[in-house]
Amino acid sequence: MNLRINDELIHVPKSIKTITDLIQHLALSNPFIIVEHNSVILKNDEHAQTTINDGDKIELVQFVGGG
Amino acid sequence: MLRIGDYEFNSRLFLGTGKFPDFDIQREAVIASETEVLTFAVRRMNIFEPSQPNFLEKINLDQYKFLPNTAGAKTAREAVRIAKLAEASGICHMVKVEIIGCDKTLLPDPVETLKASEELLKEGFTVLTYTSDDVVLARKLEEMGVHAIMPGASPIGSGQGIINPLNLSFIIEQASIPVIVDAGIGSPKDAAYAMELGADAVLLNTAVAGAKDPVKMAKAMKLAVQAGELAQKAGRIPMKRTATASSPLEGISI
Repeated sequence: MNLRINDELIHVPKSIKTITDLIQHLALSNPFIIVEHNSVILKNDEHAQTTINDGDKIELVQFVGGG
Repeated sequence: MLRIGDYEFNSRLFLGTGKFPDFDIQREAVIASETEVLTFAVRRMNIFEPSQPNFLEKINLDQYKFLPNTAGAKTAREAVRIAKLAEASGICHMVKVEIIGCDKTLLPDPVETLKASEELLKEGFTVLTYTSDDVVLARKLEEMGVHAIMPGASPIGSGQGIINPLNLSFIIEQASIPVIVDAGIGSPKDAAYAMELGADAVLLNTAVAGAKDPVKMAKAMKLAVQAGELAQKAGRIPMKRTATASSPLEGISI
């Protein structure tokens, strides 16, 4: 399955079904990962129920230092 | 007590979190500043770098209110999206509307800033708007209903201090919502001056993060904000063009 994540074309195994699966697959450990799935911004508790499909556009953002 | 929307603060120093030498120094500086509000930016993660230490993991989240900015946005639409992304984290309390309209000066785009502030107010955000020292724009933002106005002292990161105290004082005098002087603060004297002019708070980042000793500077800024606030309440003497002796002119023994 191919996903466009942060504007990069990424191939992931078909076993990745949800946003939570994807975050685990990418081994991202930041506790505050914010997800936009096909232009819909998700709340944290929606990651596990949100299923992903081939061609989906996903943005993964976080807080960084800023003024 | 400083009140912004539903939030109340004892500290009148807001601290940015960019450009510190490392997280340990940053943590010490945040503690030394005694700030209660930390600003952050929202950026894409590097998905090829699983281990990305984050400053939020280094502090006690319960002790602070988080003020994400919309930096990076050039339009109202982009700013609203960034604000909503930040809100989705579930840890933010307010939003700093920041829409840069000029890459050289980093001055805000007034038209897009107004639009974004209006949209975010409709969405129920607690909105703090970064603006230039434009007196009329500040008034229009207040009329629109923003929760605080954040006029810049001078260009972001320039450390030039307050280059237009007259406009800042006009903004402060006309406002009935908090005015937080944001951007361009270089040294504690600038922070104290902002408070002496009657500002409700000061937001700074580079002045602390870029100091030789950020922890000492954070403490100095805390004291400067307190000194400026106290001086403003005390009421300074009027300036005179000529000298007036402090010692009695009678009884001089010579």
